[in-house]
Amino acid sequence: MTVVSASNLSLTFETNDGPVHALKDVSLDVQKGDFVSFIGPSGCGKTTFLRVIADLEKPTGGSISVNGMTPEQARQARAYGYVFQAASLLPWRTIEKNIGVPLEIMGLSKADQRKRIDDVLSLVDLANFGKKYPWQLSGGMQQRASIARALAFDADLLLMDEPFGALDEIVRDHLNEQLLKLWDATNKTICFVTHSIPEAVYLSTKIVVMSPRPGQIYDVIDSTLPRERPLDIRESQEFLDIAARVRDGLKAGHSYDE
Amino acid sequence: MSKPSKTIPVLTIIAIIIAIWYICVVWMNAPFVYDQAERAKVEPPAFSELVSITMSQERPVLPAPHQVAQELWKTTGAMALKGRPFSKRSLIYHTWITLSATLLGFLIGTALGIALAVGIVHNRAMDKSVMPWVITSQTIPILAIAPMIIVVLNAAGISGLLPKALISTYLSFFPVVVGMVKGLRSPDAAQLDLMHTYNASTAQTFWKLRWPSSMPYLFTSLKIAVAISLVGAIVGEMPTGAVAGLGARLLAGSYYGQTIQIWSALFMAATLAAVLVMLVGWAHSYVLRRMGEKPEGVAA
Repeated sequence: MTVVSASNLSLTFETNDGPVHALKDVSLDVQKGDFVSFIGPSGCGKTTFLRVIADLEKPTGGSISVNGMTPEQARQARAYGYVFQAASLLPWRTIEKNIGVPLEIMGLSKADQRKRIDDVLSLVDLANFGKKYPWQLSGGMQQRASIARALAFDADLLLMDEPFGALDEIVRDHLNEQLLKLWDATNKTICFVTHSIPEAVYLSTKIVVMSPRPGQIYDVIDSTLPRERPLDIRESQEFLDIAARVRDGLKAGHSYDE
Repeated sequence: MSKPSKTIPVLTIIAIIIAIWYICVVWMNAPFVYDQAERAKVEPPAFSELVSITMSQERPVLPAPHQVAQELWKTTGAMALKGRPFSKRSLIYHTWITLSATLLGFLIGTALGIALAVGIVHNRAMDKSVMPWVITSQTIPILAIAPMIIVVLNAAGISGLLPKALISTYLSFFPVVVGMVKGLRSPDAAQLDLMHTYNASTAQTFWKLRWPSSMPYLFTSLKIAVAISLVGAIVGEMPTGAVAGLGARLLAGSYYGQTIQIWSALFMAATLAAVLVMLVGWAHSYVLRRMGEKPEGVAA
Protein backbone atom coordinates (compact mmCIF):
# COMPACT_ATOMS: atom_id res chain seq x y z
CA MET A 1 0.00 0.00 0.00
CA THR A 2 1.31 3.43 -0.91
CA VAL A 3 1.41 5.84 2.02
CA VAL A 4 2.98 8.86 0.34
CA SER A 5 2.80 9.36 -3.38
CA ALA A 6 4.34 12.43 -5.01
CA SER A 7 4.49 13.08 -8.73
CA ASN A 8 6.27 16.01 -10.37
CA LEU A 9 6.01 17.88 -7.10
CA SER A 10 7.43 21.41 -7.18
CA LEU A 11 7.67 24.17 -4.65
CA THR A 12 9.02 27.59 -5.52
CA PHE A 13 9.50 30.29 -2.90
CA GLU A 14 9.23 33.82 -4.24
CA THR A 15 11.94 35.89 -2.56
CA ASN A 16 13.35 39.35 -3.12
CA ASP A 17 16.31 37.77 -4.90
CA GLY A 18 14.00 35.97 -7.31
CA PRO A 19 12.40 32.55 -7.16
CA VAL A 20 14.02 29.76 -5.15
CA HIS A 21 13.25 26.27 -6.40
CA ALA A 22 13.11 24.34 -3.15
CA LEU A 23 11.62 21.30 -4.93
CA LYS A 24 11.48 20.59 -8.66
CA ASP A 25 9.73 17.64 -10.29
CA VAL A 26 10.04 15.34 -7.31
CA SER A 27 8.33 11.97 -7.86
CA LEU A 28 8.44 9.34 -5.15
CA ASP A 29 6.32 6.59 -3.68
CA VAL A 30 6.67 5.52 -0.06
CA GLN A 31 5.17 2.11 0.73
CA LYS A 32 3.60 1.12 4.02
CA GLY A 33 6.25 -0.09 6.48
CA ASP A 34 9.11 1.59 4.60
CA PHE A 35 11.87 3.40 6.43
CA VAL A 36 12.83 6.12 3.97
CA SER A 37 15.78 8.43 4.59
CA PHE A 38 16.24 11.71 2.78
CA ILE A 39 19.85 12.79 2.55
CA GLY A 40 21.51 15.70 0.83
CA PRO A 41 23.29 19.00 1.42
CA SER A 42 21.39 21.97 2.83
CA GLY A 43 19.05 23.51 0.30
CA CYS A 44 18.28 20.21 -1.41
CA GLY A 45 14.66 20.35 -0.26
CA LYS A 46 14.65 17.30 2.00
CA THR A 47 13.07 19.17 4.90
CA THR A 48 10.74 21.02 2.52
CA PHE A 49 9.53 17.69 1.13
CA LEU A 50 8.77 16.47 4.65
CA ARG A 51 6.95 19.71 5.41
CA VAL A 52 4.86 19.34 2.26
CA ILE A 53 3.82 15.85 3.37
CA ALA A 54 2.87 17.36 6.74
CA ASP A 55 0.89 20.22 5.16
CA LEU A 56 3.26 22.75 6.72
CA GLU A 57 4.13 24.00 3.21
CA LYS A 58 1.91 24.13 0.14
CA PRO A 59 3.39 22.82 -3.13
CA THR A 60 3.27 25.13 -6.15
CA GLY A 61 3.14 22.36 -8.74
CA GLY A 62 2.58 18.64 -9.22
CA SER A 63 0.53 16.45 -6.93
CA ILE A 64 0.98 14.62 -3.65
CA SER A 65 -1.24 12.31 -1.67
CA VAL A 66 -0.86 11.03 1.88
CA ASN A 67 -2.86 7.88 2.71
CA GLY A 68 -4.76 8.59 -0.49
CA MET A 69 -5.82 12.03 0.74
CA THR A 70 -4.49 15.54 0.26
CA PRO A 71 -1.89 16.52 2.88
CA GLU A 72 -4.43 18.85 4.47
CA GLN A 73 -7.03 16.11 4.84
CA ALA A 74 -4.34 13.77 6.14
CA ARG A 75 -3.29 16.34 8.73
CA GLN A 76 -6.90 16.86 9.82
CA ALA A 77 -7.22 13.09 10.11
CA ARG A 78 -4.04 13.10 12.25
CA ALA A 79 -2.40 10.69 9.84
CA TYR A 80 1.16 11.39 10.92
CA GLY A 81 3.37 12.32 13.88
CA TYR A 82 6.11 14.90 13.35
CA VAL A 83 9.44 15.04 15.19
CA PHE A 84 11.60 18.15 14.89
CA GLN A 85 15.33 18.54 15.38
CA ALA A 86 14.66 20.29 18.68
CA ALA A 87 12.56 18.27 21.09
CA SER A 88 10.22 21.28 21.46
CA LEU A 89 8.78 20.05 24.74
CA LEU A 90 6.73 22.57 26.67
CA PRO A 91 8.92 23.48 29.67
CA TRP A 92 5.94 24.00 32.01
CA ARG A 93 4.60 20.49 31.49
CA THR A 94 5.99 17.24 32.82
CA ILE A 95 7.02 14.63 30.26
CA GLU A 96 3.72 12.78 30.50
CA LYS A 97 1.76 16.02 30.28
CA ASN A 98 3.80 16.92 27.19
CA ILE A 99 2.91 13.63 25.57
CA GLY A 100 -0.68 14.40 26.56
CA VAL A 101 -0.80 17.64 24.53
CA PRO A 102 -1.88 16.08 21.21
CA LEU A 103 -4.18 13.69 23.05
CA GLU A 104 -5.91 16.57 24.88
CA ILE A 105 -6.28 18.44 21.61
CA MET A 106 -7.85 15.39 20.02
CA GLY A 107 -10.28 15.19 22.93
CA LEU A 108 -9.44 11.69 24.17
CA SER A 109 -10.82 10.54 27.51
CA LYS A 110 -8.58 10.81 30.57
CA ALA A 111 -8.32 7.04 30.90
CA ASP A 112 -7.43 6.61 27.24
CA GLN A 113 -4.80 9.37 27.54
CA ARG A 114 -3.31 7.70 30.60
CA LYS A 115 -3.04 4.34 28.86
CA ARG A 116 -1.47 5.75 25.69
CA ILE A 117 1.02 7.85 27.67
CA ASP A 118 2.12 4.81 29.68
CA ASP A 119 2.39 2.71 26.51
CA VAL A 120 4.57 5.13 24.57
CA LEU A 121 6.71 5.99 27.60
CA SER A 122 7.71 2.37 27.98
CA LEU A 123 8.15 2.11 24.20
CA VAL A 124 10.89 4.77 24.36
CA ASP A 125 12.28 3.50 27.70
CA LEU A 126 11.19 6.50 29.74
CA ALA A 127 8.67 4.71 31.95
CA ASN A 128 10.11 6.18 35.16
CA PHE A 129 10.47 9.72 33.86
CA GLY A 130 6.84 10.68 33.22
CA LYS A 131 6.67 13.00 36.23
CA LYS A 132 9.92 14.81 35.41
CA TYR A 133 10.12 18.20 33.76
CA PRO A 134 12.01 18.48 30.45
CA TRP A 135 14.95 20.33 32.03
CA GLN A 136 15.54 17.36 34.31
CA LEU A 137 16.24 15.12 31.29
CA SER A 138 19.29 14.87 29.03
CA GLY A 139 19.06 15.95 25.40
CA GLY A 140 18.74 12.36 24.19
CA MET A 141 15.97 11.61 26.68
CA GLN A 142 14.13 14.78 25.67
CA GLN A 143 14.26 13.71 22.04
CA ARG A 144 12.93 10.26 23.01
CA ALA A 145 10.09 11.99 24.83
CA SER A 146 9.29 13.99 21.71
CA ILE A 147 9.24 10.76 19.68
CA ALA A 148 6.88 9.28 22.27
CA ARG A 149 4.65 12.33 21.84
CA ALA A 150 4.58 11.78 18.07
CA LEU A 151 3.72 8.10 18.58
CA ALA A 152 1.05 8.68 21.23
CA PHE A 153 -1.91 9.17 18.91
CA ASP A 154 -1.06 6.11 16.90
CA ALA A 155 -0.53 7.63 13.47
CA ASP A 156 0.87 5.10 11.00
CA LEU A 157 3.28 7.59 9.49
CA LEU A 158 6.18 9.14 11.39
CA LEU A 159 7.92 12.18 9.88
CA MET A 160 11.30 12.92 11.45
CA ASP A 161 13.32 16.01 10.56
CA GLU A 162 16.92 15.44 11.68
CA PRO A 163 15.69 14.27 15.08
CA PHE A 164 19.16 13.28 16.29
CA GLY A 165 21.10 16.06 14.54
CA ALA A 166 21.88 17.95 17.73
CA LEU A 167 23.01 14.93 19.75
CA ASP A 168 26.47 13.49 20.19
CA GLU A 169 27.65 10.38 18.34
CA ILE A 170 27.26 7.89 21.20
CA VAL A 171 23.75 8.98 22.11
CA ARG A 172 22.87 9.05 18.43
CA ASP A 173 24.03 5.43 17.90
CA HIS A 174 21.96 4.34 20.84
CA LEU A 175 18.87 6.17 19.64
CA ASN A 176 19.30 4.84 16.08
CA GLU A 177 19.31 1.31 17.45
CA GLN A 178 16.24 2.04 19.57
CA LEU A 179 14.43 3.67 16.66
CA LEU A 180 14.97 0.59 14.50
CA LYS A 181 13.56 -1.64 17.23
CA LEU A 182 10.61 0.67 17.61
CA TRP A 183 9.99 0.68 13.86
CA ASP A 184 10.17 -3.09 13.81
CA ALA A 185 7.80 -3.43 16.76
CA THR A 186 5.19 -0.92 15.59
CA ASN A 187 5.39 -1.45 11.83
CA LYS A 188 5.13 2.30 11.20
CA THR A 189 6.14 4.02 8.00
CA ILE A 190 8.99 6.44 8.71
CA CYS A 191 10.29 9.34 6.63
CA PHE A 192 13.58 10.47 8.10
CA VAL A 193 15.65 13.50 7.12
CA THR A 194 19.36 13.36 7.94
CA HIS A 195 22.78 14.78 7.13
CA SER A 196 24.62 11.63 8.11
CA ILE A 197 25.45 8.90 5.59
CA PRO A 198 26.00 6.12 8.20
CA GLU A 199 22.73 7.04 9.90
CA ALA A 200 20.82 6.92 6.60
CA VAL A 201 22.33 3.59 5.54
CA TYR A 202 21.95 1.99 8.95
CA LEU A 203 18.29 2.91 9.38
CA SER A 204 16.72 2.80 5.97
CA THR A 205 15.01 0.37 3.66
CA LYS A 206 15.13 3.11 1.04
CA ILE A 207 17.59 6.00 0.77
CA VAL A 208 16.64 9.08 -1.24
CA VAL A 209 19.69 11.11 -2.27
CA MET A 210 18.81 14.70 -3.10
CA SER A 211 20.71 17.54 -4.76
CA PRO A 212 20.22 21.29 -4.41
CA ARG A 213 19.39 24.21 -6.72
CA PRO A 214 16.84 23.18 -7.73
CA GLY A 215 15.99 20.65 -5.02
CA GLN A 216 15.44 17.31 -6.71
CA ILE A 217 15.95 13.59 -6.29
CA TYR A 218 19.31 12.39 -7.61
CA ASP A 219 19.17 8.71 -6.68
CA VAL A 220 16.90 6.28 -4.86
CA ILE A 221 18.67 3.32 -3.30
CA ASP A 222 16.79 0.26 -2.07
CA SER A 223 18.78 -1.15 0.80
CA THR A 224 19.77 -4.80 0.62
CA LEU A 225 20.57 -4.95 4.33
CA PRO A 226 18.42 -7.34 6.40
CA ARG A 227 15.64 -5.97 8.61
CA GLU A 228 17.51 -7.14 11.70
CA ARG A 229 20.51 -4.79 12.07
CA PRO A 230 22.97 -4.94 14.95
CA LEU A 231 25.20 -1.86 15.25
CA ASP A 232 28.25 -3.73 13.95
CA ILE A 233 26.53 -4.27 10.60
CA ARG A 234 28.14 -0.94 9.84
CA GLU A 235 31.49 -2.68 9.37
CA SER A 236 30.10 -5.13 6.81
CA GLN A 237 31.09 -4.84 3.13
CA GLU A 238 27.44 -4.58 2.10
CA PHE A 239 26.93 -1.58 4.36
CA LEU A 240 30.08 0.11 3.07
CA ASP A 241 29.01 -0.47 -0.53
CA ILE A 242 25.67 1.22 0.02
CA ALA A 243 27.37 4.07 1.90
CA ALA A 244 29.79 4.51 -1.03
CA ARG A 245 26.90 4.74 -3.48
CA VAL A 246 25.23 7.39 -1.30
CA ARG A 247 28.49 9.32 -1.07
CA ASP A 248 28.98 9.18 -4.84
CA GLY A 249 25.44 10.43 -5.33
CA LEU A 250 26.00 13.34 -2.96
CA LYS A 251 29.26 14.24 -4.69
CA ALA A 252 27.79 14.07 -8.19
CA GLY A 253 24.69 16.04 -7.24
CA HIS A 254 26.50 18.81 -5.48
CA SER A 255 29.06 21.11 -6.97
CA TYR A 256 31.44 22.21 -4.23
CA ASP A 257 32.91 24.95 -6.41
CA GLU A 258 30.00 27.28 -5.78
CA MET B 1 26.52 26.84 47.16
CA SER B 2 24.59 29.33 49.25
CA LYS B 3 24.10 32.86 48.05
CA PRO B 4 26.12 35.50 49.92
CA SER B 5 23.92 37.53 52.26
CA LYS B 6 22.62 40.78 50.80
CA THR B 7 21.75 42.32 54.18
CA ILE B 8 25.09 43.95 54.95
CA PRO B 9 25.59 45.69 51.59
CA VAL B 10 22.00 46.92 51.59
CA LEU B 11 22.23 48.28 55.16
CA THR B 12 25.54 49.95 54.31
CA ILE B 13 24.00 51.76 51.36
CA ILE B 14 21.03 52.88 53.47
CA ALA B 15 23.37 54.16 56.20
CA ILE B 16 25.37 56.13 53.63
CA ILE B 17 22.20 57.66 52.15
CA ILE B 18 20.97 58.70 55.60
CA ALA B 19 24.34 60.23 56.43
CA ILE B 20 24.35 62.25 53.21
CA TRP B 21 20.78 63.27 53.92
CA TYR B 22 21.68 64.63 57.38
CA ILE B 23 24.58 66.60 55.88
CA CYS B 24 22.20 68.07 53.30
CA VAL B 25 19.72 68.95 56.06
CA VAL B 26 22.29 71.15 57.79
CA TRP B 27 23.51 72.63 54.53
CA MET B 28 20.07 73.43 53.11
CA ASN B 29 18.36 74.65 56.30
CA ALA B 30 21.25 76.78 57.57
CA PRO B 31 20.54 79.87 55.36
CA PHE B 32 17.14 80.27 57.06
CA VAL B 33 18.78 80.18 60.49
CA TYR B 34 21.34 82.80 59.45
CA ASP B 35 18.59 85.01 57.95
CA GLN B 36 16.63 84.89 61.17
CA ALA B 37 19.66 85.76 63.24
CA GLU B 38 20.41 88.68 60.93
CA ARG B 39 16.85 89.94 61.12
CA ALA B 40 16.86 89.64 64.92
CA LYS B 41 20.26 91.36 64.89
CA VAL B 42 21.90 88.71 67.02
CA GLU B 43 25.05 86.69 66.52
CA PRO B 44 24.46 83.61 64.35
CA PRO B 45 24.53 80.45 66.45
CA ALA B 46 27.67 78.35 66.84
CA PHE B 47 27.99 75.28 64.62
CA SER B 48 26.85 72.72 67.19
CA GLU B 49 23.79 74.78 67.96
CA LEU B 50 23.17 75.39 64.27
CA VAL B 51 23.08 71.65 63.63
CA SER B 52 20.44 71.05 66.29
CA ILE B 53 18.32 73.98 65.06
CA THR B 54 18.39 72.86 61.42
CA MET B 55 17.07 69.48 62.46
CA SER B 56 14.10 70.65 64.43
CA GLN B 57 12.54 73.39 62.27
CA GLU B 58 8.80 73.30 61.79
CA ARG B 59 8.90 73.97 58.06
CA PRO B 60 12.39 73.07 56.95
CA VAL B 61 13.51 73.23 53.33
CA LEU B 62 14.63 69.66 53.80
CA PRO B 63 13.26 67.79 56.80
CA ALA B 64 15.62 65.48 58.68
CA PRO B 65 15.01 61.73 58.42
CA HIS B 66 13.95 61.47 62.05
CA GLN B 67 11.38 64.27 61.55
CA VAL B 68 9.87 62.38 58.62
CA ALA B 69 9.93 59.17 60.65
CA GLN B 70 8.20 60.88 63.58
CA GLU B 71 5.53 62.35 61.29
CA LEU B 72 5.01 58.95 59.67
CA TRP B 73 4.59 57.30 63.07
CA LYS B 74 2.34 60.07 64.35
CA THR B 75 -0.03 59.70 61.39
CA THR B 76 -0.03 55.92 61.18
CA GLY B 77 1.01 53.74 64.13
CA ALA B 78 0.17 56.26 66.84
CA MET B 79 -3.29 56.84 65.39
CA ALA B 80 -3.90 53.12 65.14
CA LEU B 81 -2.92 52.76 68.81
CA LYS B 82 -5.47 55.43 69.65
CA GLY B 83 -8.06 53.34 67.83
CA ARG B 84 -8.55 55.78 64.96
CA PRO B 85 -6.53 54.27 62.11
CA PHE B 86 -9.02 55.46 59.49
CA SER B 87 -9.50 58.99 60.77
CA LYS B 88 -9.20 61.61 58.01
CA ARG B 89 -6.01 62.89 59.63
CA SER B 90 -4.42 59.48 59.39
CA LEU B 91 -2.02 58.61 56.59
CA ILE B 92 -3.43 55.09 56.64
CA TYR B 93 -6.76 56.50 55.49
CA HIS B 94 -5.17 58.50 52.67
CA THR B 95 -3.02 55.54 51.65
CA TRP B 96 -6.08 53.33 51.47
CA ILE B 97 -7.89 55.87 49.27
CA THR B 98 -4.95 55.88 46.86
CA LEU B 99 -4.42 52.13 47.07
CA SER B 100 -8.03 51.33 46.18
CA ALA B 101 -7.86 53.51 43.06
CA THR B 102 -4.45 52.01 42.21
CA LEU B 103 -5.68 48.43 42.47
CA LEU B 104 -8.90 49.03 40.56
CA GLY B 105 -6.99 50.85 37.81
CA PHE B 106 -4.36 48.12 37.74
CA LEU B 107 -6.98 45.40 37.34
CA ILE B 108 -8.82 47.22 34.55
CA GLY B 109 -5.51 48.10 32.88
CA THR B 110 -4.28 44.52 33.03
CA ALA B 111 -7.53 43.17 31.60
CA LEU B 112 -7.55 45.81 28.86
CA GLY B 113 -3.87 45.22 28.07
CA ILE B 114 -4.31 41.46 27.78
CA ALA B 115 -7.46 41.85 25.67
CA LEU B 116 -5.69 44.22 23.26
CA ALA B 117 -2.63 41.95 23.05
CA VAL B 118 -4.81 38.93 22.26
CA GLY B 119 -6.51 40.94 19.52
CA ILE B 120 -3.22 42.20 18.11
CA VAL B 121 -1.70 38.72 18.00
CA HIS B 122 -4.73 37.06 16.39
CA ASN B 123 -6.07 39.74 14.09
CA ARG B 124 -4.06 41.18 11.25
CA ALA B 125 -6.09 44.36 11.02
CA MET B 126 -5.67 45.03 14.75
CA ASP B 127 -1.97 44.25 14.49
CA LYS B 128 -1.59 46.99 11.89
CA SER B 129 -3.95 49.55 13.40
CA VAL B 130 -3.97 49.34 17.20
CA MET B 131 -0.29 49.44 18.14
CA PRO B 132 0.40 52.96 16.80
CA TRP B 133 -2.55 54.27 18.85
CA VAL B 134 -1.35 52.47 21.94
CA ILE B 135 2.06 54.11 21.59
CA THR B 136 0.54 57.52 20.79
CA SER B 137 -1.59 57.32 23.93
CA GLN B 138 1.57 57.23 26.02
CA THR B 139 3.16 60.27 24.37
CA ILE B 140 0.45 62.52 25.85
CA PRO B 141 1.59 63.70 29.29
CA ILE B 142 -0.63 62.17 31.95
CA LEU B 143 -0.65 65.51 33.80
CA ALA B 144 -2.39 67.04 30.81
CA ILE B 145 -4.99 64.36 30.31
CA ALA B 146 -5.80 63.56 33.96
CA PRO B 147 -7.86 66.69 34.70
CA MET B 148 -9.80 66.19 31.47
CA ILE B 149 -10.71 62.63 32.37
CA ILE B 150 -11.89 63.78 35.81
CA VAL B 151 -13.90 66.69 34.41
CA VAL B 152 -15.47 64.75 31.56
CA LEU B 153 -16.45 61.82 33.77
CA ASN B 154 -17.78 64.20 36.41
CA ALA B 155 -19.98 65.81 33.78
CA ALA B 156 -21.21 62.33 32.92
CA GLY B 157 -22.10 61.83 36.56
CA ILE B 158 -19.22 59.51 37.37
CA SER B 159 -17.08 60.59 40.31
CA GLY B 160 -15.16 59.11 43.19
CA LEU B 161 -13.04 56.02 42.73
CA LEU B 162 -13.56 55.24 39.05
CA PRO B 163 -12.17 58.38 37.37
CA LYS B 164 -8.92 58.07 39.37
CA ALA B 165 -8.76 54.36 38.60
CA LEU B 166 -9.17 55.11 34.91
CA ILE B 167 -6.12 57.36 34.99
CA SER B 168 -4.21 54.43 36.49
CA THR B 169 -5.64 52.26 33.74
CA TYR B 170 -4.50 54.73 31.10
CA LEU B 171 -0.92 54.28 32.28
CA SER B 172 -0.90 50.64 33.28
CA PHE B 173 -2.43 48.99 30.22
CA PHE B 174 0.57 50.03 28.12
CA PRO B 175 3.33 47.80 29.51
CA VAL B 176 0.82 44.93 29.61
CA VAL B 177 -0.02 45.30 25.89
CA VAL B 178 3.62 45.53 24.87
CA GLY B 179 4.75 42.66 27.12
CA MET B 180 1.85 40.37 26.24
CA VAL B 181 2.15 40.90 22.48
CA LYS B 182 5.75 39.77 22.81
CA GLY B 183 4.84 36.98 25.22
CA LEU B 184 2.00 35.57 23.14
CA ARG B 185 4.33 35.56 20.15
CA SER B 186 7.19 33.93 22.07
CA PRO B 187 6.49 30.27 21.11
CA ASP B 188 8.99 29.26 18.44
CA ALA B 189 8.12 28.14 14.93
CA ALA B 190 8.54 24.43 15.73
CA GLN B 191 6.09 24.64 18.65
CA LEU B 192 3.51 26.42 16.49
CA ASP B 193 4.11 23.91 13.66
CA LEU B 194 3.51 21.06 16.11
CA MET B 195 0.16 22.56 17.10
CA HIS B 196 -0.64 22.82 13.39
CA THR B 197 0.20 19.14 12.83
CA TYR B 198 -2.19 18.23 15.67
CA ASN B 199 -4.84 20.24 13.83
CA ALA B 200 -5.29 22.34 16.98
CA SER B 201 -7.84 25.17 16.91
CA THR B 202 -6.77 28.77 17.52
CA ALA B 203 -8.26 28.57 21.00
CA GLN B 204 -6.39 25.33 21.78
CA THR B 205 -3.12 26.82 20.56
CA PHE B 206 -3.80 29.86 22.70
CA TRP B 207 -4.54 28.05 25.95
CA LYS B 208 -2.01 25.24 25.61
CA LEU B 209 0.87 27.15 24.07
CA ARG B 210 0.63 30.93 23.76
CA TRP B 211 -0.85 31.76 27.17
CA PRO B 212 1.56 29.66 29.28
CA SER B 213 4.51 30.85 27.17
CA SER B 214 3.59 34.45 27.92
CA MET B 215 3.58 34.15 31.73
CA PRO B 216 7.13 35.45 32.34
CA TYR B 217 6.37 38.41 30.05
CA LEU B 218 3.05 39.07 31.79
CA PHE B 219 4.56 39.30 35.26
CA THR B 220 7.44 41.49 34.15
CA SER B 221 4.86 43.86 32.64
CA LEU B 222 2.68 43.68 35.75
CA LYS B 223 5.56 44.85 37.94
CA ILE B 224 5.86 48.01 35.85
CA ALA B 225 2.09 48.35 35.54
CA VAL B 226 1.41 48.24 39.28
CA ALA B 227 4.04 50.88 39.99
CA ILE B 228 2.74 53.30 37.36
CA SER B 229 -0.83 52.58 38.45
CA LEU B 230 0.16 54.14 41.75
CA VAL B 231 1.62 57.14 39.95
CA GLY B 232 -1.62 57.45 37.98
CA ALA B 233 -3.76 57.34 41.11
CA ILE B 234 -1.64 60.02 42.82
CA VAL B 235 -1.72 62.25 39.75
CA GLY B 236 -5.47 61.64 39.51
CA GLU B 237 -5.96 62.93 43.06
CA MET B 238 -4.37 66.28 42.37
CA PRO B 239 -7.05 67.90 40.17
CA THR B 240 -9.92 66.49 42.25
CA GLY B 241 -9.65 69.36 44.66
CA ALA B 242 -7.28 67.60 47.00
CA VAL B 243 -9.78 65.95 49.29
CA ALA B 244 -8.23 62.64 50.16
CA GLY B 245 -5.42 60.34 49.14
CA LEU B 246 -1.65 60.57 49.01
CA GLY B 247 -1.86 62.96 46.06
CA ALA B 248 -4.10 65.24 48.11
CA ARG B 249 -1.63 65.13 51.01
CA LEU B 250 1.19 66.09 48.66
CA LEU B 251 -0.83 68.95 47.22
CA ALA B 252 -2.07 70.23 50.62
CA GLY B 253 1.45 69.95 51.98
CA SER B 254 2.82 72.10 49.21
CA TYR B 255 0.02 74.71 49.59
CA TYR B 256 0.87 75.22 53.26
CA GLY B 257 4.62 74.68 53.10
CA GLN B 258 4.30 71.52 55.19
CA THR B 259 7.47 69.92 53.90
CA ILE B 260 7.45 67.24 56.58
CA GLN B 261 3.96 66.22 55.50
CA ILE B 262 5.05 66.12 51.85
CA TRP B 263 8.03 63.96 52.62
CA SER B 264 6.09 61.54 54.74
CA ALA B 265 3.46 61.20 51.99
CA LEU B 266 6.30 60.62 49.52
CA PHE B 267 7.79 57.92 51.73
CA MET B 268 4.41 56.32 52.13
CA ALA B 269 3.95 56.29 48.34
CA ALA B 270 7.40 54.82 47.83
CA THR B 271 6.80 52.14 50.46
CA LEU B 272 3.44 51.33 48.92
CA ALA B 273 5.04 51.02 45.45
CA ALA B 274 7.76 48.76 46.83
CA VAL B 275 5.21 46.53 48.57
CA LEU B 276 3.02 46.29 45.46
CA VAL B 277 5.97 45.43 43.20
CA MET B 278 7.14 42.88 45.75
CA LEU B 279 3.70 41.24 45.86
CA VAL B 280 3.66 40.94 42.07
CA GLY B 281 7.19 39.52 42.27
CA TRP B 282 6.01 36.87 44.73
CA ALA B 283 3.07 36.00 42.53
CA HIS B 284 5.53 35.73 39.64
CA SER B 285 7.82 33.25 41.34
CA TYR B 286 4.86 31.34 42.76
CA VAL B 287 3.31 30.89 39.31
CA LEU B 288 6.62 29.95 37.67
CA ARG B 289 7.29 27.42 40.42
CA ARG B 290 3.85 25.92 39.86
CA MET B 291 4.76 25.73 36.18
CA GLY B 292 7.78 23.57 37.02
CA GLU B 293 10.40 26.19 36.30
CA LYS B 294 13.97 25.04 36.65
CA PRO B 295 15.27 26.31 40.01
CA GLU B 296 18.16 28.73 39.82
CA GLY B 297 21.64 27.29 39.96
CA VAL B 298 20.62 23.72 39.09
CA ALA B 299 22.46 22.09 36.23
CA ALA B 300 20.30 19.95 33.97
